[in-house]
Parts: sequence; C-alpha cells; structure tokens
Amino acid sequence: MVAQKTILKTLTGFIACCFLVFSPDVSAQREAVPTEAEIIAQGEQLWGEYVCNTCHKVNEKLVGPAMAGVYDRRELDWIYSWVKNSTRLIQSGDEQAVALYEEYNQLQMPSYDLSDDQILAILAYVRDYEENPPVQAAAETSVEGSSSSAEGTIPAQYLNIIIGVLIVILVLILIVLVLIMSVVKKYLQDKKEDLDEADAEVVSESFSLMAFLRSPTVIGIITFLVIALASKNVIDGLYTIGVQQGYAPQQPIAFSHQIHAGQYEIGCEYCHTGVEIGKSANIPSVNICMNCHSAIKTESPEIQKLYAAQESGEPIEWVRVHNLPDLAYFNHSQHVKVGGIECQTCHGEIQEMEVVQQHAPLTMGWCIDCHRNTSVNAKGNGYYDKLVELHNASSTEPMKVADIGGLECSKCHY
Amino acid sequence: MKENQKTYWKGVEQLKNDPNFIAKNESEFPEYLPMNEQGGDTNSRRDFLKLMGFGIAAASLAACEAPVRKAIPYLNKPVDVDPSVPNYYASTYVNGGDGVSVVVKTREGRPIKIEGNKKSNITRGGTSAQVEASVLSLYDKERLTGPLKSGAEVDWETVDGDITNALTRIAAAGGQIRIVSNTVLSPTTRKAVGDFVEKYPTTQHISYDAISHYGMLEANRKTFGEAMIPSYDFSQAKTIVSVAADFLGSWISPIEFSKQYAQTRKIHAEHREMSRHYQFESNLSLTGANADYRSPIKPTQTGGVVAAIYNMIASKAGQSKVTASQLGDVAHVTAAANELWANKGKSLMVAGSNDPDIQVLVNGINAMLGNYGTTLSTERPLHFRQGNDQAYKTFVDELNGGKIDAVFFFNCNPVYNSPLSAQLVSGMKKAKLSVSTSDRMDETAELVTYIAPDHHFLEQWNDAELKTGHISLIQPTIAPIFSTRQAPESFLKWAGANIEYYTYLQNHWRENYFTQQDAISDFQMFWDKSLYDGLFETEGNNKSYNFNFDAIADAARNVAQNYKKSDNSVELAIYQKGAIGDGSMANNPWLQEMSDPISKATWDNYVTMSMAMANEMGITMNEEVGTQTVNLTVNGATVEVPVLVQPGQAEGTIGLALGYGRTKAGKVADGIGVNAYPFLTRLNGATIFEVMGGVSLEATGNTYRIAQTQTHQTYMGRENVIQEATLGEYKKDTKAGRVYPEIYKDGKFYKPSEITLWGGHEYSNHHWAMTIDMNSCTGCSACTIACQAENNVPVVGKEEVLNRREMAWIRIDRYYSAANPAGNKKELEQAAANPEVTFQPMMCQHCNNAPCETVCPVAATTHSTEGLNQMTYNRCIGTRYCANNCPYKVRRFNWFKYHDNKQFDKNSSMNNDLGKMVLNPDVTVRARGVMEKCTMCVQRIQAGKLAAKRENRRPVDGEINVACASSCPSDALVFGDLNDPNSRISLQLQIKERENGEKATDRVVKEDRAYHVLEELNVSPNVWYMTKIRNKDKESTEA
Repeated sequence: MVAQKTILKTLTGFIACCFLVFSPDVSAQREAVPTEAEIIAQGEQLWGEYVCNTCHKVNEKLVGPAMAGVYDRRELDWIYSWVKNSTRLIQSGDEQAVALYEEYNQLQMPSYDLSDDQILAILAYVRDYEENPPVQAAAETSVEGSSSSAEGTIPAQYLNIIIGVLIVILVLILIVLVLIMSVVKKYLQDKKEDLDEADAEVVSESFSLMAFLRSPTVIGIITFLVIALASKNVIDGLYTIGVQQGYAPQQPIAFSHQIHAGQYEIGCEYCHTGVEIGKSANIPSVNICMNCHSAIKTESPEIQKLYAAQESGEPIEWVRVHNLPDLAYFNHSQHVKVGGIECQTCHGEIQEMEVVQQHAPLTMGWCIDCHRNTSVNAKGNGYYDKLVELHNASSTEPMKVADIGGLECSKCHY
Repeated sequence: MKENQKTYWKGVEQLKNDPNFIAKNESEFPEYLPMNEQGGDTNSRRDFLKLMGFGIAAASLAACEAPVRKAIPYLNKPVDVDPSVPNYYASTYVNGGDGVSVVVKTREGRPIKIEGNKKSNITRGGTSAQVEASVLSLYDKERLTGPLKSGAEVDWETVDGDITNALTRIAAAGGQIRIVSNTVLSPTTRKAVGDFVEKYPTTQHISYDAISHYGMLEANRKTFGEAMIPSYDFSQAKTIVSVAADFLGSWISPIEFSKQYAQTRKIHAEHREMSRHYQFESNLSLTGANADYRSPIKPTQTGGVVAAIYNMIASKAGQSKVTASQLGDVAHVTAAANELWANKGKSLMVAGSNDPDIQVLVNGINAMLGNYGTTLSTERPLHFRQGNDQAYKTFVDELNGGKIDAVFFFNCNPVYNSPLSAQLVSGMKKAKLSVSTSDRMDETAELVTYIAPDHHFLEQWNDAELKTGHISLIQPTIAPIFSTRQAPESFLKWAGANIEYYTYLQNHWRENYFTQQDAISDFQMFWDKSLYDGLFETEGNNKSYNFNFDAIADAARNVAQNYKKSDNSVELAIYQKGAIGDGSMANNPWLQEMSDPISKATWDNYVTMSMAMANEMGITMNEEVGTQTVNLTVNGATVEVPVLVQPGQAEGTIGLALGYGRTKAGKVADGIGVNAYPFLTRLNGATIFEVMGGVSLEATGNTYRIAQTQTHQTYMGRENVIQEATLGEYKKDTKAGRVYPEIYKDGKFYKPSEITLWGGHEYSNHHWAMTIDMNSCTGCSACTIACQAENNVPVVGKEEVLNRREMAWIRIDRYYSAANPAGNKKELEQAAANPEVTFQPMMCQHCNNAPCETVCPVAATTHSTEGLNQMTYNRCIGTRYCANNCPYKVRRFNWFKYHDNKQFDKNSSMNNDLGKMVLNPDVTVRARGVMEKCTMCVQRIQAGKLAAKRENRRPVDGEINVACASSCPSDALVFGDLNDPNSRISLQLQIKERENGEKATDRVVKEDRAYHVLEELNVSPNVWYMTKIRNKDKESTEA
C-alpha cells in the first residue's frame, strides 16, 4: 500500500494538464472563465499552494502541457473530473484522457481535493495571465530581504560618500588655514621691528620638512599607526579562519538552482522536504529528482548520472556548501516554519545561482546580529501570546528574538 | 522544628573518621597535582615563544584548506524517515526470562534511546538500568557477524544444509534432540519450536533460567495445582513483609513492583498514609534499603522466620500450627505477623527463596490472610522465569550419559550461568550435533560446532506474553546490522518450513489474537493498532483455584529440617546487582560503570561483609590502599575475592554477586570479578541462592582497590541535606523533619533568602524545575543510565573512577544513618550493623543564584531566561573554578579525550564506528578540558518547545520530560514548568499565585515537605527535594 502511495506521489509531479491538441468539437468555454480580480487572486494563491508550477507553465510545455487556452480545448466538466481524479477518467476509457496520458509518457496527474469553484479560480488566474502577461518584474520582487536586517542604520554606500565629502571639506579647511597662516606670517615679518624677542622668534622660524619627519612625535605616531593597522589586519585575518563565505565547490552533478528555482519557480520545499519539519532541510534524494527527470531531459549527460546512481544503488555524494561547526545547533523548521524567514535571507539569491555558493558568513556574530534585529513572528502563534502581552506592557518596540532569550548560549549550544 | 540527632555517613571511611578520608575529603579530587615541579628545569620565556610560534604556524597551516565535507542523501528516501526527525516505535525488551514493553527512539534509522511504554499495564512507562542500557548492546562490536561452523565463518546455506542433514540422520536413527533455552516469552516462538518438535518428535524443549524461580512454580503447583507465578499488586498492600525478596531490585518483575510500591509511599498533607514494609534479609538489598523495618538474618533463619510468621497467623486464623525450628533472636517478626493480620486482605508476604517448601508456607500465609484476589492474583499469572530446574538437571544427566545426539542452545549460556556447568561441558562433547544461537562467542557458543546467531531484540519481529493475555509486540527498529537470522526462523528452516518469520508471526496473530476481539474487523487494522500500541490484551485466565492446605505440613517439616540454626560457620547469600543482573549484559560498559545503588562500587565483584566480621578478620578498608582480599572456599572450590565492608550485612553472613567472572563476554566484561554460579546449591530439586554450609574464609593479606564512588563529593558535615521524619511525626505536623536554617545578622535571625545580594530573575516564558520525592525514590539507578544514553556521557573506566573522575551527570547519593553515636569501635560496629538508608538523586540544581556562574572568567556558564543554568562547552577554557564553587559537586570535568582514544576503548559508545551509532546526534560529544553537567536535557526542552510552536500552541505539561524523570519506575522525579499553574510540579509544590511585582525566583512553595538542599547558602535551586518519611514507630524498639 505504502509503495503504491509513493509511486502515486512520485508520479504526481508529472501530470496534469495535458489538455491538448485535438479538440475540434469542443465549444470555446473561455467566456465561462471569470475575470473578477478577486477570483483571479484566489486562483493565484491556489496555484502557489498546490505548486502547480512544478509541472505546468501557462505558456510553455513543462512536465505537463501549457495551460494557456485549456478552456478552449476542453469542456469545463471534463477539466474538473480530470483534476479531481485523472486516473479514474483514464480508466473509464475517456478518449481525450487516454490520448493525453499516452502523449505525456504515461505520467499521471495526481488527484487533487479541489472544488469546482477552486478549479475555476485557477483557470481564471491562467486566463488572466494569458491575456495580460505580467511585465518582467516577477523575478525582481521576491528577492528583497537580505538587507532588511540593517534597518535604522545608514546604508554602506551613503556612508562612503559622506566620509568622502567630509574629507574633502577638511582638506579645504586645511588649505585655507595654511594660506591664512602664511599671509599673517608675511605681514608680521614686515613689522618685525615692532615685535618683542619671543614673538620674533616664532615669526622667523623656518619650517623644515625633514626635521618635522624626524621628530619623535611624528615617528611615534607613524609607528603606532603601522602597528595598529597590521594588528587589525592580522586579527581580521584570524577571524576569517574557517569562514567560508563565497565557498562554491564544484558538485558531482551540475545542478542549477537558476533553472529549477529561478526559471521554473519550483518551490524550495518541493525538493528540500525537511525544511519545515526538521533540523536539516535535506538534500533531495534521487527519487525526488526522478519525479520529473524520468521524463524530462533524459538524454542530458548530467541527468544520466541520476540514472547511473539509481542503477548502481550508490547515492550521490554532494559537496556540502554550508558547514556549521558541530558545536552549533541550527534548526530549519524553527526559522522557516515558525519564524517565517525567507530562504534567501540566509542563502542569498539562490534562484539566480548556477552553482550554489555560501552567501552568509555563518559566523556566530552574524547569527547574533539577526537575532538582535529580527522581530519574532508571533502573530497568530499561541505559543507567543503571553510573551507578546508581557513585552508590550513594558516596551513600545516590537518584540525581537533577543528579547525572549534568543541570545542565550543553550539556544544553540548543547 | 526538631534537631535531627542522627549520624549520617556515606561510607565506612566517613563513619570511622578515617584520617586519610578526612584529608582527602577536603579536596574534590584525590590526586596530587605536580605543579611547578619540572625537575628544576622550569619553562622559560623562550619555550613559551617557541610554542606560541609553532601554535600560530600550525593554526594558519591548518586553516589554509577547509576539509571538503560531503552531504549524502538517501537514494530512495523512505516515506517515514526524515533526517533529523526522530521516530518512535513501540517494541519489547526481552532478555532471558525478562520482558518489558518499551518505546524505541530512532534517528535516521538507528535506535538511540529506549523509553518505557506508558500504555503497558505492567510497567506503565518505567524502565530499569538494564533496559535503558540494552540499546548499547545492539552496537556491541563483539557480536558475531554471521554464522560459524567450527569457529570458521560460513554462509547460511552451509549451516542450514549441515544441520538439516544431521537432524534427518539423527531423527531417522531415533536419536534424542534437545532445545535448551531460558524462558521463552514469545507464544509465536514457542509455536515455531513446536513445529520443530513435530518434525523431529524426539525433540524436547528444556528451559532453565539463570535466576531460577522454579521453587515458586513448584510451590504453586503444590498449593494450586498449577505451576505458575501469580501477579502481585503491591499498590494494594498496607503491610508488606518480604523475606529476602529483592522485589524492587531483581525479583521477578522489579519495574512493575517499583511502580506499585511507590504508589503506597506517596504522601502529602491530604493523604498522610503509607504502607509499612518489613524486610528480613542477609545482604543489604535495594528493597531492604527502602524498608521501614529491616532485620538482618542468616540464610538458615529464613525458614524459621517464615514458619514463625505462619504459626502466628495460623493461630489467629484458627488454622493448625506447623512444626517450626527454633528461631533465634530476630527483631520485628511478631510485629510483622501482627500487622499482616491486622491488614488482612490488604497485606502481602513475599519470599525470595527458591526453595519450594518456603514458598509453600508463604502461599499458606497469603491464603490465610485472604490476599489472593487483592494483592495477589491468579487471573493473569506472570510469565517471567518459568524455567524448570528439575528438567534441566535431567537433561544434563542424559547428556553426560551420552543419550542425547543433538543439542541446540537457544539464546542461552548455561556453561556460564548454570550451576551444572562442569557436567554440561563434559557432556557436550558426547553430542553429535551442537548448535548455539548466541549473538556472541560466549562460554557456551565456544564449545559448539555451529553458531547460528540470532538478531538483537531491536532487529527482530516477535511477540512476548508477559502475563497471561498480555502480549507485547516486538518490531524491528533497525535492519539487521550483521548477517544474523532470527532464531525461531532458523528452527522453522531446520524443520523444513521456508517461511519468513514475520509472516509466521502475523499468521499466529491472525489465528489467535485477532479472533479474540471484535472491536476491529480488518486484520491489517488490528495489526497496525497493536503495533502502534505495542501490545494487545486478551481476557485473563478465569480458572478458579482451590488452595490446598495439605501441602503445608510436609513443607513445614522439611523447612524445619533444612533450616537449622547453624553453628558459627559463615553463610553465603548470592545475589544480583541492579546493573549487571545475571551477567548476560556484562559486556555493556554503561552497566559496568553504574555505581551499585547500595555499595556504590563500579566495575567489580566482591564479598560483602559486616564491619564486625571484618574487624575480626583484621580487614580494613581505606581509600588510599584499598581493601584486602580473602580466599573464599565454597564446598571445596576456592577463589580469591576482595572484601567490601557493607553496613547492614547480617552477622555471620557474606554476600557475593552473580554476573561477574565472564571469560567470553567481550573486551569490557572479561576478567572482571569472580563467577558465583558454580557456588549455587540445590535443594528440593531447585537451584537455591543461599549456601548454608561449607563456606570458609581466609584473609590473604593482599590489598585490592575497589572503585567506589560513595565517598566522592561529600558535604563536609552539612548534614541537613537529608531531612526525614517518621510517619507518626508527619501525621501530627507536615513540617516534621524539616530544618529551617537561619542566618544571624545585627541581632536578628533571618531566613537565608531575606538577606541577599542577588536581584532574582524574571522568567516570563517558562520556568523549568524538578521535584525529587526521596520517599518514593528506591535508588534503582535507572535514571543514571537513561541520562548516560540521552546525553552522551562517557564511560571512564575503573582507573579513572578510582581517581574520582567518573562523569555521571546524575548520581544517587546513598546515606546510611543510625541513631546511636559512633565513637569507639564497638559503637561503630553497632552503628554499621543495620543502618537506615536514604537515597538522594543529585544532579545540577540549576540554582537561580548560581555560584558557578559568577566565577567563570569566560562566561561559559550562564543563566537562561527559563531558569536553566547553561553550560557552553565551546566557550569553556577549563579553569574548573565553577566546579570548585559548586556546593553540590555536580560538575564533571573532562580530564581526557574519552572519544576516539585507544586508552579508553572500554568507552565503546565513542571509540568505534559501530558503538558511535548510539550517540544522540543532538548532544555534543565533549572535548578534553571542558566542564560538563546536567543540562536538564535542554535538547528535549528545545525540541518540545519547537513542536508546540509549529502547532501554534503552548507545550502541554508532560509533553516535555527529562530523561531521568521519564525513566523513573517509581515516579519519584517530576519535571515541569512552574509558570504553568496546572502542571504536575506546580500542583505538587502547591505554588502560591504570584503577587504583582513578585519575581519568578521569589515564588512561595506551600508544600511543607519540599526543601532545598543546603538552603542556608541561598543559592535558590530549581530542584526541590521532598522529605523522607519512614513508617516507623518511634517508641517501640522491638515488638
């Protein structure tokens, strides 16, 4: 039984929408698909919730057929019964269904527990997408996030400009002062006879650069600066030991997040199944890859490596990119499920990475900074209700992770 | 408030005020640290610079290239296994004739921790040290990796072929075949053996047990007509009289009995009642240590005590008296008999003797008291230890007579653990076919031709009928690690049936148990439900039995004959320790290093002896040089054994534990102690554990060091750590026994908490705390092993225990106390003759005003907002200031690297790849040079909180529990959140609702029995102890 279930799940990925080519006698039902913004929004939400995009795109064929125009090709009733239980439809001998099944390498669309209205809403979203294609902005939107931790401070690029301007002003002031000095000196030299001895000495004093450079004060200052700079560099260097920020090792299979997460917008949890339930996000096992790749790009030498692994029974040895020391405990589900943190906050623009690289330094300072600056995702979570109440009684600031013990040692070390 | 006038001591050294002990007691560790003594050649500045230069160079070099680490996912991820998410499976611990329903925690498909199954009506979630430790035995490197033929590795086909051929030949010639095993609890396995017998009808199945209870089976056969062991219910008993039955430690079903017994010891202001427990015994057992009245008796007096009680009850019940031998001066016999009678039907008499005659008398007493049906029940007899000594003896005789052609040793090791070992060894040579299913090359397996190793219980499908109609399922929690095969499947195979045992088991269940219920109509659903619960209960046995008093007179005559008051010769009482038991799990280092609840000794076997006898023999115990050994001669055989002076040991008796002296158990156990099995004797056809004659002792003058932990970490005379009272005092005043320290300042006395420099803490989220009821803690030490398994606590070995460097995070402090002073030698002997015992589990107290936190120079130990004292290993630099400043001495320092270190290869959970599979992946394995201590299982707290957060709710009380408390068979430890007013701990402590502005640390505890150890220091612990209450009458000295 379990095995059957697994197979079904596996196949699920491949399905659905195979509404294809030949539909001569189907009357166009486009007009039956609603266009109200509300319904479209609901459809968009469902589209995301049921990760339709794993197998379908609106305008392109993916695992399953492109969705655009499906309401022109099929009866709505047919679509409903297909989505709800494609297996039954195929088994019933429905011509269209069987043809679709054959065309898509006998991959079945999994059954979805959706109501007719919900399916219609999805179609509404598809129609809207087809008729009003969004402007190329989608990729940009989801990628905020990483800089949010610095709220309330001055952004780095402005800081540099401000410092530059300040330096220029100071240099100008210096020049002006030197000019004033020389003018005053000249004036006094002309009136030398009127001055007393001490003042005269000051006025006639000549400035020698060499003498200045050799003076103990200057040597002292320079020595101090050199030592201070050198020590700073050494210490900074020591701190970076073991920090692998930017580490982007070559992987046994040239897997591209840019294609999967970026171009095809496959949700992270589809492959990283542990991210909401456990400590590890999980590197996907080969059977997850095979959900799609038993049918897609089967000729690619990289994909062939998957088949080889399946054949030989040897799992794929990926190179670990993010290495936390054993003494630190990190739990994905706490951050992703409970905290509601975007994957990109720590992993960077993963959907643009051809080769995954370590985005964050993963140092304790980096963890702590975030715990200091991040507000607890307490809304709607009964666990935090009393804590929020207590916090609000004494503070007007939002409750940060640090306020409820997020900086304590044994939150991460035990 | 009444001053406690008792003398408390932890060991004989302390009682005697041994100068050596006093000197050493000043410091935590005994050894002399050679500081500033490098042979005059002190380290120079140059050396320092050289070392530092090298260090920096090495560090930079090492940093050049980060090691490449691999992440290897499953090829096909099983649906139910998610890396880092634990799975729990209900199963059953089985070992020899014992069985306990358990829940096994697995991570990434490997079992790492065993917990009790709360759905079991027998053990109700309790475990024992052995059950907790059994998970490490799964990963024992000494297990066989596949079948053997004459010591050479072969494949299963060869073994099966050879055995089947041999069997066919033997059967054709009408040769005799025997299967020898311990009690087989599994009905399905018994059926498989039955199939084997059907195929080879000359087969007989002989079962014996290392710890025999044949005497009880026989006695019940005589009195009820059926050989069975009834089930007991100590929770119903107001008076419990035990004659040498260690029912809390080792007798039949100790976890079940501890649960029941503890219920009668729970006491609070609204319930000021508890049971009264009399114990008559030779060795100070765990049960004796918990008794209200304990009388030391010689083994020869057991008969007299039982007969005397029988006669006293008989005269009240109007039954005829029986012959009884002269009983010398034994305290409390009359009182015990009177109380038994006074609580007729709510009392219980048990005896540990395996002599059927004694058990017949005990049955007679319980029958006269009307206890059958209340505290004793024949409805669901216990199925443990059903071995038949008589049948086993016949088997050994036949084997020696060359009458047996084939012998199968089914998961048993009689060459080691049966008293007829020598005859067995000579007889085995005469059998044509000898097979063992042992998991290791043990003493028996070594002598057989074929070894067909069985799975560990964590690798197999099976069932176990623990009581009649109470069947507990065993399901595998890991795929077999080695090429082993389940023994019943082997028997089926040899009988010609090619069936997978799993199918066989399901078939048996379908035919037998599925039909006994009508709640579920689909077998698969029934099976899934039973598997989920781990057990299935059918109707009990509703046969009615008539008690047959005819057997009594005969039995009494025999008892009077066999138990005569001896001359002054020494008598030997052989017993089992809580950790090592019968020795079958001796190769488990956790059990070897567990300090014995009574003697506090680790890694050893010894003769226990009273102080008077030791003085007479000129034997002294001294921590520096140790103790001395004696030559112990029992019926002609002599061994050299060290002596341990044991307070409470009956005069004229010595004790010796079973389970040691293994020669083929493996690296950990081999060569430790002496084997006591050959000393067991026979009486009325049963193996008995008392040697009543033929014992002599001779001092050798050789010294020996026993690694005892008892004198480690003493309290330097601040003895209000133990607060106790009698029940009578408690009834009058719930504050009885409490000590309220006061601090004098400016002409006034203050409570310690009233004058403080500390600001207190506000715990807004959780406030974790624990209570420890010293009245129900039996000292069994299951918690110590649970802690060890949960928290990756290393084993350090005997040498390091001698250096006081044991790593246990939770220890059970055992205090002796006596009312009389201990000045001169005579008084000392009196004080040690029969002291009272108190057990006090001691772990980090998680002080709110923690003295360790203030002295750490690097802030490696800090306070959390949930009341925990946190220890951060990666920050610790090992100054050990914290340990020096801890008043409870619960911080343990890693003096060595205990993992991946050949010098600590007995620490098998950290020194080989197989053993490491048991480690808890959520807990760091500590490095050398850092301090560690109890964390209150912070990993469990964090996991529990996360589970609640993911479901958008607060954690429910009981959902988060620490390893020690969840293992406790007597529910003496309660862990919970004080911020939850309805948690068990809040209710138990009767926490007063906080007033506005009152901090969490200023909470008022209204329960009068609750106290803090060393309250005068005002460290404000989050662990409360409940006073020990003894059900003793102060006035009457002897009844």
